[in-house]
Order: sequence, then C-alpha cells, then structure tokens
Amino acid sequence: MTDLTPLHRTDRGEPIRNLSRRGFLGAASGALFLGIGMRLDPAAAQTRAEGPAAVAPKPGTRVAAFLEIGPDSRVRLLSPFVEGGQGINTGLAQTIGEELDLDPARFTVECAPPGPDYAVVNGLRMTGGSFSTRSSFEAMRRLGATAREMLLRAAAARLAVPQDSLTTDDGRVIHAATGRSLDYGALAAAALALQPRDDVALKDRKDFRWIGKPVARLDMRDKSTGRAAYSIDLRIDGMLHAAVQHAPHLGTEPEAIANEAAVRAMPGVQAVQRLPGAVAVLADTWWRARKGAEALQVTWTKPLPEGIATVSASFSSASMLAALKGATEPGVPAEQVGDAATAFQAAAQVVEAEYDAPYLAHAQLEPPSAVARFAEDGSLDLWLPNQMPELFQQVAAKTAGLQPDQVRIHSPLLGGFFGRHFYYGSATPFPQAILLAKATGKPVRVLWSREEEFGMDALRPLSFARFRAALGPDGMPVALEIRAVGEGPIGRWFGALFKSPVDSSVVEGLDQKPYAIPNRTLTYVKVPHPVTIAFWRSVGHSMNDFFYESFLDEVAQAGGKDPLALRLALLKDSPRQRTLLNAVTDLAGGWKRGPFAAADGTRRARGVSMASPFGSETATIAEVSLKDGEARVHDLWIAIDPGAVVNPAIVKRQVESAAALGLSSALLEQVVYEGGQRQARNFDAYPILDRDRMPRVHVTIVESGAPMGGIGEPGLPGVPPAVVNAVAVLTGQRPRSLPLGKARLSGA
Amino acid sequence: MVQLSVNGHPYEVEAEPDTPLLFVLRDSLGMTGTKYGCGIGQCGACTVLLDGQAIRSCQIPVESIGAQAITTIEAIERDAVGARVVAAWIGIEVPQCGYCQSGQVMAATSLLKQTPKPSDADIAGAMTNLCRCGTYNAIAAAVRQAAA
Repeated sequence: MTDLTPLHRTDRGEPIRNLSRRGFLGAASGALFLGIGMRLDPAAAQTRAEGPAAVAPKPGTRVAAFLEIGPDSRVRLLSPFVEGGQGINTGLAQTIGEELDLDPARFTVECAPPGPDYAVVNGLRMTGGSFSTRSSFEAMRRLGATAREMLLRAAAARLAVPQDSLTTDDGRVIHAATGRSLDYGALAAAALALQPRDDVALKDRKDFRWIGKPVARLDMRDKSTGRAAYSIDLRIDGMLHAAVQHAPHLGTEPEAIANEAAVRAMPGVQAVQRLPGAVAVLADTWWRARKGAEALQVTWTKPLPEGIATVSASFSSASMLAALKGATEPGVPAEQVGDAATAFQAAAQVVEAEYDAPYLAHAQLEPPSAVARFAEDGSLDLWLPNQMPELFQQVAAKTAGLQPDQVRIHSPLLGGFFGRHFYYGSATPFPQAILLAKATGKPVRVLWSREEEFGMDALRPLSFARFRAALGPDGMPVALEIRAVGEGPIGRWFGALFKSPVDSSVVEGLDQKPYAIPNRTLTYVKVPHPVTIAFWRSVGHSMNDFFYESFLDEVAQAGGKDPLALRLALLKDSPRQRTLLNAVTDLAGGWKRGPFAAADGTRRARGVSMASPFGSETATIAEVSLKDGEARVHDLWIAIDPGAVVNPAIVKRQVESAAALGLSSALLEQVVYEGGQRQARNFDAYPILDRDRMPRVHVTIVESGAPMGGIGEPGLPGVPPAVVNAVAVLTGQRPRSLPLGKARLSGA
Repeated sequence: MVQLSVNGHPYEVEAEPDTPLLFVLRDSLGMTGTKYGCGIGQCGACTVLLDGQAIRSCQIPVESIGAQAITTIEAIERDAVGARVVAAWIGIEVPQCGYCQSGQVMAATSLLKQTPKPSDADIAGAMTNLCRCGTYNAIAAAVRQAAA
C-alpha cells in the first residue's frame, strides 16, 4: 500500500460532544485521511473533497438510506455499525423506534454497505472505541423523528386532513377525529419519496417508551439456534476454499516448495498459490485445503539474525520488554501539571516502581475469514468481518486494482471482535482472498485455522511504564512522574491522521486522572514494536489502568493510608467519581480490605480501582483468595457511570463481558515470542478465562446525566488492578507484571 | 462414501475417512450452525450430540461414527429438552456475539437429558465450553432455568 484514496469528511455539523475526548476524531478537520501505512497526497484529497463530497448528504439524515418500511410495517434498518455482541442492533432499534413510534421488536438490523450516509461517528464510520451509541444517539433519534414526520405528511395527503390532526401509535398513523388509521407499511412508499425535513422536534425524555428500558435483544433466537450467520458461514456458488501456511517469521517470504506437486495431487486440491508472506492451498473443501497447507514443505527467506527493528531470528517478548525498560530517550511530554521536579526535591518520601503487561491476542472465537468474488464486469464483492467498511473498501480496491466504488463490502455479524477487525495489514485475511480469486478466476473463501490466527493476529502491545511518586509528611502524594514507553495502535495505524507527537493509545489511562495530585508529569517515549499491533478491548486502558491503580495502592501503603480512603481523599474535587466509588462500596456491602476469613473458610482480601475509559467512569472492587498458587476471584462489583444509557440490561451484560476479558488478561493471557516466533498456537497454550474461573459479577449503573460515554470497553480496565490489589494484600508481594499466572502465588 | 444419520435423515458424503465430523457438517452438508473454533477439542464451539451425548465434532473422524445418531443445533428445538434450553437461552438473553452458543446449547441439552436436576457441580462439570464474551454466569442461570 502506498496511498489510499482518502475518505471524505462530509459531516459539516457540530462535532458530537464528548466524542473527541482526546481529539481522537476531533483532530480530523476538512478532508479526513486514514493513514494506514501510506503516504498521503493532499492535492488529490483536495480535488476529491470538492467533487462528490460537495453533494454528499449530511451523515445520518437521509431516511431512505437507513430505513425500509415493509408492507407489514416491519422495518429493515441499515446500520452504520456492525453487531458483534455489544447489542448495538437492539440499541439502534430502540433509539430510532422511540422517535419513529415503532416497537423495536419490529426491526431487522443489518450492517449497511459503504456510503457517506453512514459516517455518523463525527464524520467517520467505524464500530469501535465504544463510540457507536454515544456518537449516533442524537442523530438516530432525529432520523426516527424525521421518518415519522414523513409518514405523517404522507398520511395527511392520503386522508386529506391537516397534518397536525394526526398522531401515531406503534406503527400506525391515527386520525382521532374520524377514527381512521393507516399502517406505516401502507404509507411507506409515499412517505420515503418525500423530502425529509431538518427541523423535526424530538420527544421529551420523560416520554420515552423504549429508550432507557431493558428492551429484549433482537438477536437472541438466531444466536441460540445456530441460525445467526457469521462470515465463516457464508457459502457462494462455485467458490474454492483456501487454507494458508504463513511465514514462521513475520516479513519473510516463500522461497521454494519442496513438495508442491505432491500437494497438488492431494484429494480435492485445485491449486497451490504463493502469496505475500504465505502459501495458500485451494481445494473443494476447507478441510482438504487445510491438509494440503499443513503438508506444504516451504523454505522461507531468512529473517534478520537479531534486533528488534524486525521480528528477527532472535526476537523475543523478553528482549522487547528489555528494550522498553532500557529506553533512554527523553521522550515527549504528554501531560504537565504543576512543578513535579520541585515537589520531588521537597518530598518526605519517594516511591518508585516499574510495571509491564504482555502482548495479548484477541482470541475471538470466530477464526477470521473472507470471501472474494469478482463479477463479470470486473467489480468485486467481499464478505468479511470488519469494523470499518469504507476503509476495507479502499484497501480492497487498491489490492484488486479497482476504484472503491467497484468494491461491494458485505459485513456479517462478528463472532467476537474486541478490536480484531480493524485493518491490520498482513494480520487481515481479505487481501489473500482477493489475490486468490484473481489468480483462479473463481470465488474464493480464505479461512485461517486457529493456529494461523494465533500466529498472525495483531496484538495488544507489550507495554511498560515507570512510576515515581513524592509523598508529603502527611503521607499524601504531592507529585507523580510517569514514563510510558512503547507504541500503540493509534500511532501505528492512524499516525498520518492524528499527527500528535503523543500516541494517545500509549498514555490513555495514565493521563487526565480525576485525582487531586497537584504536580504531575507524564512522558511518552516511543519505541516501535516489530510485531503487528492492534486495538484490543479498552486499548491503552487495558494495561495502563492496571499500572496506575496498582501504583496508587503502593503509594497508599507507603503513606500509611487505606487504599479506598486515599482515593476518596484524592477525589475531593471530583464529585462524579467520588459518587461512583461510594456506589461500588455500597454495592459490595461496604469496604473491607482484609485479609479476612470468608464463611467458607477461605482467606480473602479486596482490592479497589477506578478508571475513566471512553467517556465513562468506573469503580471496581474485587474479592480474591488464593488456591493452589493461583488467584481465585469470587466477586467483582462494578459501578459504571456512562452519563445515560439506552438499554440497561445490555449495559450490564457488556460490563460483565468486559470484566471477564479483563480478568482473563490479569490471570492468564500472554503472547510469548521466542526465536522470533509466537509460542502458543491454540487455546491449549493460550488459556483464556473458562467457566471455572468466572466470578460473580455485580453491576450497578449510575446515570449522572454527564455526556454519554462508551459501554463496550469501560468495564474492563478496572478489573486487573482491583484483582492485583487484592492479591498484594494476600501475598504481601506486589505483582507488577501480568499475567498473574506466570508466578505461583503464596499467602503472606 | 461415508454414510451418516444427521437429525434423523440419512446422508451420503464424499469425504476422506479421517475428516472431522465438524467439517462434513459445515462444508459437505451446509449445516453451519455448528461452529469451528479451535479444531483441537478445547473450545467446544463444535459440540453436537452423538446418541444424545455431547461430543466435540472437530475430534470425531467421520469413519468412527457408524450408525450413531447425530443431532446438531439445527434440530435442537425438535427435542423437548433442547427446546426448553433454547427458550431459557432466549429468556435469560445469554448470547453476546453468539458464536459459541450453538455449542453451549448442545452441551446444556446433553447435560439436562442425563441429569434433569443438575447441581452447581454438575453444571461446572458439563459446561466446559469457552466463551470469549464471558457469558458463563448467564449460561449457568439459563441451565438452571431450563432444569426447573
């Protein structure tokens, strides 16, 4: 990839409040560029921006792009977002249905094809960053209200009555004076042909019928009966199945295949094809293709012998961590408050610690796949898991040698994503499907085996931070100094877009804390990873809140403070967070740090943590014991304040889901490189949280009325530090490196 | 040719004898409700019933099945216990992404067929399939509801 056609920023409206907390999207003004490993051509961008973008609709406003109302008054909603378990399809049906006055149960929701109408995340389209609901809530309400007004206008014409004499009730327009009514289905064709108005009024929140209620999810029956179709389930007539063997070292290429003829002669095998960094076998079934791919005896080019500039023959996660720890560059300031240097000179006590967290795999249960089919006119259909259809369309067009509008992107349900399905170069399978469909002249489905997925998945970066705190004579922290070393996915994949010298995905969770520590300095030191790095549920928060909140407990201990009392004191100027901390304490039946004896005789302790991820606030308490050298987490209590919610039942389940992933990362997960190769290739060597380790999870929602925050990710970051803080009480030792499962734990 | 009985119907399939049942179901018979997750019997997304017993179909070569009756998620609601399990799954709103849930429903159905009133330990022993969305608590609640 050298240059991608820039996306157009078509939203000329006001940025959505609270969306660009760190300028994530607010940074994009004028034409919006996605810097996916490419150089940008401003001149070309300008020309294009003055072309089609000049007539493009304001995203989220053109009713016909979103809603199809059938004769039965059921609605097919083309969603800007892709459903992957987070419940966005149901939330959108509630939000639009509320203003349209149609029961959300009557919605069928599909992910829309690429198009400027769907760029509702502040002029961009993506499913990620816990942005979906908070970014689109007002626009989707307005869309529903606009559609309802069109139905009323069409009904007024049909019935020859004044529009203000009409009302609606769940899919019907009613003329009360004459008792006549018309179903939305009977009005849809006429209504959708009308020009939408841009000044319709929205409902008063107190009149909400579905928003804010635990409306039943739309996808439960299909997902409980095997009928839900994911990318991996799609079958296209005449398609070939492809399995691949990737290079053992990222960046090396196939040189020779010793047994190519023998593999071609295996049952069902149709072709053996070389690809960038891989060799594919195509067959009439995937199992046959896979047996062929595994039988291939490939000689690969040699990686560099050593170093961390590439995934060299001696690269290891240990050597990468050593490089992060050993970085001596001064770095760039990410946050400066007060005068930390002077405060350290006057300190009564100084506390120092180093924290690290490993590479992590997404390990979503659906292995990645893609189906590519060229039509007779040369255009391309692609079915694939993705969180960003327009971006995938552009990369696909480039790969296929087409214009973006010759590529049709189909976005099925995601079998889990957690950040897996952004575009990550060689960690994304669809370019292989395109190249193979081109080479064979047939539709091709590429499916990566679980082993290939563990080998190629883009990873949550291994991370490191060094902390120093200055304590005053009263034991309270007066200064905090943090050095965060590494590289994050924002810098890697969106660096050309967000030109900030500080990679927000490296420092989020370390900056903008609610604690009243008067002197703070946070420094970002860039040390690039040679491996493919990724967004992973809660991104930088996934490790940084563990670092920060663990260190805060160390500060509390050094100052002779109780960790909850210290946090409450430091939150004296942060009423929202203080309220939340009290809410979680109440939820847990009060605070007791321990160790204490539980009713079942186990020796337990509790840990507490706070986090401010994705515009929401969380407070978490974990209750932990030790058994057979492992931490056993019995209960997690989580209070979340996302400002306001659309569906409290979905929110609670998402928080529980995120908490499970956070616990999994705290206890079990790490991708280990040795000799330039990943060691674990399946769940036997990369354990994830199982039923046996799942704690009870208690969630309470506090709707403070603050601007809406995210939901999908915020439940995660508080869990690792809450668990680790409890473990530190039980063992008398402070774990500063995850996962806990690396070491055998024993009681103090 | 391999002969199989799936959901009460006989099928003849062209497949090598060592082909895992999972891929015969998905790719030869088009029954994609049964999922591929790991291929090594770790995750349980491929769980089907073999003579009523939950098994991981990625670990079963088609040649070993013989006359045993295979039940997949596509037919689970035709079974009285399976229908109760599905109803509980929907009522409790168990699924998130849903990818593992076919296998979870099959494992739960097998458990309740053998142990209609399972203890917590029975549930822990039988419900060992992985869920990356962490729906384990909802799964246990749904099993209890289906058993009630």
